[in-house]
Amino acid sequence: MPDGMNVNYDGLIPNNVDLNSDARVRKALETWHPGYIDWWKDMGPEGFQESLVYLRTAISVDPKGWAKFDYVKMPEYKWGILLAPAVPDRKIGFGHHKGEPAWQEVPGEYRSMLRRLLVIQGDTEPASVEQQRHLGKTAPSLYDMRNLFQVNVEEGRHLWAMVYLLQKYFGKDGREEAEELLRRRSGHQDTPRMLGAFNEATPDWLSFFMFTFFTDRDGKMQLEALAQSGFDPLSRTCRFMLTEEAHHMFVGETGVMRVVERTCQAMKDAGIQDAHDIEKVRALGVIDLPTIQKKMNLHFSLTLDLFGSEVSTNAANAYNAGLKGRYREDKIEDDHRLIDSTYPVLRCIDGQVVKEDVPALSALNMRLRDDYVVDCQGGVGRWNKVIEKAGIAFQLKLPNVAFNRKIGEFNKIHADPEGRVIDAGTWGAKRDEWLPSTDDNLFITALMQPVDTAGNYANWIAAPKVGIDNKPGHFEYVKLHD
Amino acid sequence: MDGMQNSEGTTLKQHLIDPEICIRCNTCEATCPINAITHDDNNYVVDANTCNACGDCISPCPTGAIDNWFNVAKPYSLDEQFSWQELPPRPPEPALAAAAADAEAAALFAEAHKGAGGPARAPSTAAKPKVNLFNRATPAQARVAGNIRVTKSGTSSDVHHIILDFGSTPFPVLEGQSIGVVPPGLDATGRPHAMRLYSIASARDGEKPGANNLALTVKRVAEPREDGSVFRGVASNWLCDLKVGDSLGVIGPFGTTFLLPDEPEADVVMICTGTGSAPFRGFTERRRRIAQAGSGKLHLYFGARTPQELPYFGPLQKVPAEVLAQELVYSRLPGAPKEYVQDRMRARSAELGALLAKPRTHIYVCGLRGLEAGVDQALTEIAAARGMDWPAVRAAMREEGRFHVETY
Repeated sequence: MPDGMNVNYDGLIPNNVDLNSDARVRKALETWHPGYIDWWKDMGPEGFQESLVYLRTAISVDPKGWAKFDYVKMPEYKWGILLAPAVPDRKIGFGHHKGEPAWQEVPGEYRSMLRRLLVIQGDTEPASVEQQRHLGKTAPSLYDMRNLFQVNVEEGRHLWAMVYLLQKYFGKDGREEAEELLRRRSGHQDTPRMLGAFNEATPDWLSFFMFTFFTDRDGKMQLEALAQSGFDPLSRTCRFMLTEEAHHMFVGETGVMRVVERTCQAMKDAGIQDAHDIEKVRALGVIDLPTIQKKMNLHFSLTLDLFGSEVSTNAANAYNAGLKGRYREDKIEDDHRLIDSTYPVLRCIDGQVVKEDVPALSALNMRLRDDYVVDCQGGVGRWNKVIEKAGIAFQLKLPNVAFNRKIGEFNKIHADPEGRVIDAGTWGAKRDEWLPSTDDNLFITALMQPVDTAGNYANWIAAPKVGIDNKPGHFEYVKLHD
Repeated sequence: MDGMQNSEGTTLKQHLIDPEICIRCNTCEATCPINAITHDDNNYVVDANTCNACGDCISPCPTGAIDNWFNVAKPYSLDEQFSWQELPPRPPEPALAAAAADAEAAALFAEAHKGAGGPARAPSTAAKPKVNLFNRATPAQARVAGNIRVTKSGTSSDVHHIILDFGSTPFPVLEGQSIGVVPPGLDATGRPHAMRLYSIASARDGEKPGANNLALTVKRVAEPREDGSVFRGVASNWLCDLKVGDSLGVIGPFGTTFLLPDEPEADVVMICTGTGSAPFRGFTERRRRIAQAGSGKLHLYFGARTPQELPYFGPLQKVPAEVLAQELVYSRLPGAPKEYVQDRMRARSAELGALLAKPRTHIYVCGLRGLEAGVDQALTEIAAARGMDWPAVRAAMREEGRFHVETY
């Protein structure tokens, strides 16, 4: 068993990076820690800081001892610094420095670029905790409440992960960036979070499930691309974060699936065949499938904006520098330099969507986004299986990538969900058919009544197939009143 | 495919992923140390020709989809698995396969659990145990961090509390689980010794919270024989003689049923003699550490010849009564009539009867085989006094994972 796999829980900050022998970084983190706890108490889950939550905590980065489950009060959660084990003699896998030994220190020439990558990644982590802080109050079950809190504490840990890298490798600049990460606020007028989708509210649980399905999946793609990094500490950090991110996508995919399942069941029980008979379906106290489609349209398009411009020199520079690779770079078979190759990109030329070959290096964002769309399609396919099994003629569908975009090629045009370019008037008239309307949101909000009896679920969502940590149905995942 | 052949040798235990639950997060594929897991646009699948059942992928899976093991005559191919929308019908499981893929451990457990009168089940709220992480061929290396006698010197009962430290090797356990050790050397027939199982006597987070260690309670076996010689147990004497700093290989962990319910409301009745107290020390430590407000309590019926021969007599005096109600029972107390565990249970008939009637009471029996009959008889009488039929109650409790026997 190589060293560095087990986590030292003795000190204030659990870690497997031997903080004890690094007084400078330990002190920086210990100075940052109270501010973090204040942030968590101010901006973390509202009203449940004293509840005992059945949470998973990583006790080792070795898969065999990966995590343990226990009741924890969230402010006492062991947020730590955990890096996946080092790969001996790891080489940089792509870009200009391909084949050179991976960097253990920040290469001077890429210092500011790397810092920027870390800050952007780090900023999304506390942002999502802030976006979701009111949801505990309307949880459809203790099971779902626990999953929300698990997602929240792990996003908190991911912030720690980025802060560690900033403080360890970027000196005073890093310490200032770490403070800024606690200062910005999701949706705040003056000090917003850095990326658009992380300033949108997460007003209800369907939004939360859509967010964890679509936006955390973007997180997975970004982390995977950073796990390829030639800067070894970043690679190891992201590799471990990915194992946690998986849980968040699980919450999203199964969450939406359970909503769909419940709607289909209620329709069947009531003998309703037409999914578009929205009033009748809503009268059953479940969310109609067309509204689920609208929520999907919204979260998918918001998340696509996170991939940045289709053609981007920033992405090309980061790739060339060996700092950020492609999704599963290590599984791709090509020269890993992309000097002469091209990649097809959807562009908006003269108001029309056309496909154009551009140098592969400048199309990296597009490539990551394409991989992402394929990945999303898998989940949507599974939701459709549920509808099909129930015998209802309806299919959920990802909208076209040109639909409802604020960033990139399509930000100047309007497109319908099929990708047809339309004028502003048509968009205005049709918008509420494609995206959640005020009425839709009011209806969903009205459904969000908390259910806090162990084993019970709100009427609009089905029970999960299996419990967390193999727990039985009536297990009390959150002890509210202890 | 080493280690995947089941005991009959006619079928394979194939590792499969449930496509209905899997969310294709790629964690398993990234975790697998030997690239046995792959995927297409539809499914993540395990290559039966490569998988060695190491279990590395099990814990990190966020959904539980990964934990499916089918006994099959011919393994499903990758193409078959890629085409699935759901798992095929599950073939029948051989008994105890889940408890311990290690056949040697399985046989030992089958023997130890006989007294429950039927297949054992874990409490429904128990944490999920990890098993079979280390085997005979590649045991976990542990170092002896402590070895002290916990019965008074001068008595014939020489019981040791042995602390094994795993250093940087993860060895996750739950209270009530066991570990295996193999004494060094060869037996009389020139073969390696059989594996011995010992119950873990500490809590899941270590002898002290946060330590990567565990404790065992081992009684030195030295029994005079009719011919005047003394039979000395190979394993127990080896363990009791270990010095601090010695290292040894540890197999396991084992055991998936004799576990503590994870609900503070549950009353837990623990009946034991001698080193049968080991798992209950773990249970007690666990409850003491989580120290939650709950209505449930631990009730210990613990028999020994004298206080001097009762393992952990001293430490037990310090356990707060609100955590643990203690009934320490002595059969050789000078000047007092012999009293056995079952006698004390009868004396507490009203209390035990009330506990039997509660739906969240769990009963555990651990110790020498001879304990079973007496305890069973006492429970029969206690149940009858409340108009309940013990065999029926016992069967129902067992089905619900609330009655457990581990005797030897």
